[in-house]
Amino acid sequence: MRIGVIAIQGDVSEHVDALRRAIDQRGESAEIVTIKHKGIVPECDALVLPGGESTTLARLLVKEGIDNEIKDMSASGRPIMGTCAGLILLAKEGDEQVKKTHQHLLGLMDTKVNRNAFGRQCDSFETELELPFLDTPYNAVFIRAPGIIDAGNNVHVLAKTDDMIVAAEQDNILALAFHPELTLDTRVHQYFLDKLF
Amino acid sequence: MELEKLRHGTELIKRGFAKMQKGGVIMDVTTPEQARIAEEAGAVAVMALQAVPADIRKEGGVARMADPRIVSEIIETVTIPVMAKARIGHFVEAEILQALGADMVDESEVLTPADHKYHIDKTQFTVPFVCGARNLGEALRRIKEGAAMIRTKGEAGTGDVSEAVKHMKQIMGEVRALKGMTREEMIAVARDIEAPIELVIETAELQRLPVVNFAAGGVATPADAALMMRLGADGVFVGSGIFKAENPEKMATAIVEAVNNYDNPEVLADISKGIGSGMKGISVDTIPEDMALQTRGW
Repeated sequence: MRIGVIAIQGDVSEHVDALRRAIDQRGESAEIVTIKHKGIVPECDALVLPGGESTTLARLLVKEGIDNEIKDMSASGRPIMGTCAGLILLAKEGDEQVKKTHQHLLGLMDTKVNRNAFGRQCDSFETELELPFLDTPYNAVFIRAPGIIDAGNNVHVLAKTDDMIVAAEQDNILALAFHPELTLDTRVHQYFLDKLF
Repeated sequence: MELEKLRHGTELIKRGFAKMQKGGVIMDVTTPEQARIAEEAGAVAVMALQAVPADIRKEGGVARMADPRIVSEIIETVTIPVMAKARIGHFVEAEILQALGADMVDESEVLTPADHKYHIDKTQFTVPFVCGARNLGEALRRIKEGAAMIRTKGEAGTGDVSEAVKHMKQIMGEVRALKGMTREEMIAVARDIEAPIELVIETAELQRLPVVNFAAGGVATPADAALMMRLGADGVFVGSGIFKAENPEKMATAIVEAVNNYDNPEVLADISKGIGSGMKGISVDTIPEDMALQTRGW
């Protein structure tokens, strides 16, 4: 098994560490690779799009030619998880904030996103979030977080905060507005890995 | 969702914000138009200023927080985070910047210090702070005061990268030297560098600073940015280097790409072609000691 983490910008090492912890807990083994250039995504069995700034990530994904590789990978049904900026990149459509920066979204989910749905950094928050695949609430960390404001019928809504969709799934893709990689609780990464192992 | 269940301004959220900036370039801007250029080029954030450090240095006088109107206009213009500088120790400037909606406050030696004894107690704020450091002791003292991010001081406004290199190597070297030390040896180090022992131990275990560590102070070209990444920086601040360059758009785009390709000289060669000349700058050697910005703060 090989799991790729897009490493162009953002909290890459936190995802690598979280995946490593989750895989060790399962008693499985997998190679985790960080990806800054094209040619590696096609060789991965699963992919993570980390948190970061979506404008920067979108621009460099296109520049490096990784965007089309991710689309091909998704078409083959392999699992993809996007957190925060990753949730924006996976969407089909953005709000005015996204449009005015001309960022190129991957469009892999039938969703429309609000780039800074919960305000500026001072509004960033932690909260106990109920997720349908967990028995007890999850301490979710939202940092200048986006939200999904509109989703097609094929999108499975997993959680909402203030009427904003903050966790959703569509076929092989998992999108989260929060950062499971910033806490030591690996349950969300485990849920993602369940699609792989 | 009940709002009282949301926890704001925790250390996890403040440090987490800085982590989202990793691998990115943060650019100094003085107008909404410059901010738009920076965002378009792929900056992860902008630093809203009244004047870039090179001009602050030239003009002399007392340098203060930017006009709140400039900060607000820049906040309204871009979708990426907006940071702004407060004077060392000037907690009211920091409160004003927080009230304006700045996403991070830089308690910066580039501005004239407001307090020669105390830095801001940053634990009292919801907004995260970044602070400059020249060595491990300075970095850990700032972290203890609540800084969520550290940057090298370098020598701002010069376009001379040598001081940023010196400070980054100093910090990295001191972190490496902690490896394998006994607890009593670390206690001695903590005393020597005047840093809290618990942070010295945490740094030794992590083999890195407990918060994100960027390079700043003299970065002027794609090669400079790549050099700082090679030395272990988590990302780069570019001050005067963008908008004092011959072609700011090209320089901004090239520096963003250089940070992603810092370990690939062939690609760096391509990126560095035809982008116009960098800022003229001044050599650090020619700056009298009392004109250095890096000695502000302690």
